[in-house]
Amino acid sequence: MLKQFHRLVSPKYFYNLAVLLTPWFSWLTALLMIAGLYGGLVFAPADYQQGESFRIIYVHVPSAWMSLFIYIVMAVAGGVGLIWHIKIADVLAKSCAPVGASFTFLALATGSLWGKPMWGTWWVWDARLTSELILLFLYLGYMALQSAFEDRRVAARASAILALVGLVNIPIIHYSVEWWSTLHQGATVSKIDAPSIHIDMLIPLLIMALAFKAYFVTIVLLRSRTEILEYECHSTWVSELLNKVESKT
Amino acid sequence: MYSYWNVFRVIFLRDIILASRYRAELANPLIFFIMVIVLFPFAFGSDPELLRRVTAGMIWITALLASSLSLEGIFRSDYDDGSAEQMVLSGCPLTLLVAAKITAHWCLTGLPLIIIAMLTAYLLSLSTQALQALFLTLLLGTPVLSLIGAIAVALTVGLRSGGMLLSLIILPLYMPTLIFSMLAVENAMVDLPVDAELYFLSGMLALSVTLAPIATAYSLRIRMS
Repeated sequence: MLKQFHRLVSPKYFYNLAVLLTPWFSWLTALLMIAGLYGGLVFAPADYQQGESFRIIYVHVPSAWMSLFIYIVMAVAGGVGLIWHIKIADVLAKSCAPVGASFTFLALATGSLWGKPMWGTWWVWDARLTSELILLFLYLGYMALQSAFEDRRVAARASAILALVGLVNIPIIHYSVEWWSTLHQGATVSKIDAPSIHIDMLIPLLIMALAFKAYFVTIVLLRSRTEILEYECHSTWVSELLNKVESKT
Repeated sequence: MYSYWNVFRVIFLRDIILASRYRAELANPLIFFIMVIVLFPFAFGSDPELLRRVTAGMIWITALLASSLSLEGIFRSDYDDGSAEQMVLSGCPLTLLVAAKITAHWCLTGLPLIIIAMLTAYLLSLSTQALQALFLTLLLGTPVLSLIGAIAVALTVGLRSGGMLLSLIILPLYMPTLIFSMLAVENAMVDLPVDAELYFLSGMLALSVTLAPIATAYSLRIRMS
């Protein structure tokens, strides 16, 4: 069992596994994305209040879910790398960050696009929007720290600590911002008062959430493949692999 | 053999003495603080009513900036001259040494900052309740800033892009402290109770006192390896 695990986390084995899995997850992403978008943009009925513009939630809500999910994955992977010195965990944590930051940005951008016709303004200091923005800052800080070191090993460990500190802080930030905005400006615009969503609207949303998850896995696999090759560029299996690719072309 | 208390005291006194050799440097954060405060009326206009409303906010924001700028130096000289390495190797618990350094740093920059801030707030005619709340939030909040900041400083010390990177990393982590402090002061200005916010700040202080030195020590170890 332990032996299997060690084999799994060896960079070479993981690289081959990633090569094997990437096409599967890419196809899964494509299928789910098409199904979800078709369901969301065509099948789902228009909202009785917001009309067609509510359909942006099929991008907005899954990316908001992903933004927090990826941060947790990143911090846990970083922590695992820190404690057990597993190279793959470091690689995974590093690959997660840009994807998570992009999802956070996407959630903010779509939220602001939706806010313009609905609230009449691009930006409202709403609790959720603000904590999402702070999450983006956390990602940017993580990426900045990650890129500040020459040595990959130190970069991975230092940024893992930052990710863990951020993870402890996220609930505090979330609740403080919520507290601030509810007391500070009262209920100017509370989000859709969640009249439980209709099943025809919900199913495409869940499919989109799964599609985003699959997309995340695909991108992380691709990124970590590159990372592993760079990390291990002096080892024999990488040079063998490169020779093989060269002789093919 | 040494006792933990002795170790703490030696490092604490060492930092105080070192700092007292460079008195001008001690005054820098305070001068910075006053200068930034003076910038605000230029930006907002000198309407006293408006300024009274934003006084507490500008004091807190300036305190955040002053703290993040002054924190940058907390490990720098030790890192440059190798004493940080000796601390890691010394066999004393690094967490304790780091805690002593942070305490010394707070006494040297945080405490004078609070005094100057209170003086400024008084001159800008904040009400007594608001002054009280501001004092309590600064007293509970600035140690939190130093403790959280120390982690980030330990991670970035000696890096080429240190200062900017440091601010980028710590400012998001400072936001909850700022939020609760401002809420407390705003409540006090309209005679509402401030207990809840002060409890929250105390909670954050307890959390960072217990966890931050460990994380800082760990970060330093990583940077030394």
